[in-house]
Amino acid sequence: MAISKLFIANRGEIAVRIIRAAHELGIRVVQAVSAADRDMLAARLADEVVEIGKAHASKSYLNKEAVVAAAVASGADAVHPGYGFLSENADFAEMVESAGLVFVGPKPETIRAMGDKATARTMAMRAGVPTVPGSEGRVENAEAALSAARDIGYPVMIKAAAGGGGRGIRIANTAEELQTLIQQASAEALAAFGDGGLYLERFVARARHVEVQILGDGARAVHLFERECSLQRRRQKVWEEAPAACLAPHVRDLLCASAVRLAESVKYRGAGTLEYLYDATTGEFFFIEMNTRIQVEHPVTEMITGVDLVKSMLRVAGGTPLALEQSDIRARGHSIEVRINAEDPARKFAPAPGTIASLTVPGGMGVRFDTMLYPGYTVPPFYDSLLGKLIVWDDDRPSAIRRLIGALSELKIEGLTTTRSLHQALALDADVNAGEFHTGWLEGWLDANPAVASAA
Amino acid sequence: MPLKTIQAPLPGIFYRKPAPDQPVYKAEGDMIAVGDTIGLIEVMKTFMPIVAEEAGKIVTFHLENEDAVMAGDPLYDIES
Repeated sequence: MAISKLFIANRGEIAVRIIRAAHELGIRVVQAVSAADRDMLAARLADEVVEIGKAHASKSYLNKEAVVAAAVASGADAVHPGYGFLSENADFAEMVESAGLVFVGPKPETIRAMGDKATARTMAMRAGVPTVPGSEGRVENAEAALSAARDIGYPVMIKAAAGGGGRGIRIANTAEELQTLIQQASAEALAAFGDGGLYLERFVARARHVEVQILGDGARAVHLFERECSLQRRRQKVWEEAPAACLAPHVRDLLCASAVRLAESVKYRGAGTLEYLYDATTGEFFFIEMNTRIQVEHPVTEMITGVDLVKSMLRVAGGTPLALEQSDIRARGHSIEVRINAEDPARKFAPAPGTIASLTVPGGMGVRFDTMLYPGYTVPPFYDSLLGKLIVWDDDRPSAIRRLIGALSELKIEGLTTTRSLHQALALDADVNAGEFHTGWLEGWLDANPAVASAA
Repeated sequence: MPLKTIQAPLPGIFYRKPAPDQPVYKAEGDMIAVGDTIGLIEVMKTFMPIVAEEAGKIVTFHLENEDAVMAGDPLYDIES
């Protein structure tokens, strides 16, 4: 049954993105807001607004009971969780379904299986998808970890089974280090995620981060090619591209086919992303995890394929089978997204909330700015620092970078400090232009160029 | 004894404890020294320690644990 009224359990730029897609499909929108978000852009664009709790996310956007109760009371027939917050919370998806509403995403059991990284890895191996050499499931104690690490080979990464967003990851170069770090990692995982379970993986130095976008309808799945997100700071992506220029065509084919295999093997429904490490020296790729939701960087895929991912999610959630065949999906040109955050690159990326005094948005062919900003808006300090995503498209990567440089120079956000200057410096950097980077590259570059980001 | 009100240096969520299951950093009536951690303010998912710049006795906290705070809001009163 097609969705007629959608409840958005998120905020910021992604709520705005979802509202646009819903309205284009003739769906009315109820926007959830915390007490601190009554004047956010999504609240202005929605058909109805419901306050779900206090400013602190644990009392509003992360409060499952409050969100479900508000969704039911609003008369909505579906809930879109966006990214972050409750988007990958299987219990929440289950509560939404039990209340008789559609959860815009995969089935709760899929979220649960793919959300546990150790289970996801097992599912990947079963589907014949290469994984990083690692422990078989969780390591229950230090002895098991040491024994697993002997087989995997050092250096090893210690990861939290319930983790995400790069948190709870440590690297051990020797058995002695592993012995020490495993205790800390378990305590930290327990505190952060309520689950002290750990697993181990080989650490691939100078790895590149590539990921495949897929869409499924519960029976069939298609891929929409890959993205590269190797430019990261503290394991948070700051600059994303599609396609991944580092891949040879035959590697791309194998990579994307493996993602479809895994998605179909779990009867995936909705939009999802399979993340991989790519070893550019050997040409090997290894599945690391699946994100069972729309991702921040989804627009670069939309720009090269012309497929509206959020509308696709809503159609599938409404019960319409995928209209796309794999052969319908063609990648054209190159797209880059840079994250404009309220952070000061000159002060170690200190958070910089504030009020938007004025805003000039870039334009022209192949330029898109997905944002939650408007002049006079006060960016609250309670949530993440993402203000908007500047996305460009052009025929090829060098042209896309030139277009990005122009768009960044047009973008003017006054009233607070943003990461615009970092992206201006990166867009001019020789390594970035040559595509010579890996997931550790940006942190090294920042150490070596402390003044560049602030001077630009 | 002069009473002084200490203001929040930045906006965010004010925490009086290092973790939910741990005791408060400082209670009303506690003596504090320069450099003592009084609490944390979470701003955009980053935790910034609130450190005492003056010694004295904490008389009153104006906020509870996990309250929202704006820059300049009163945090606590001390008697020096």
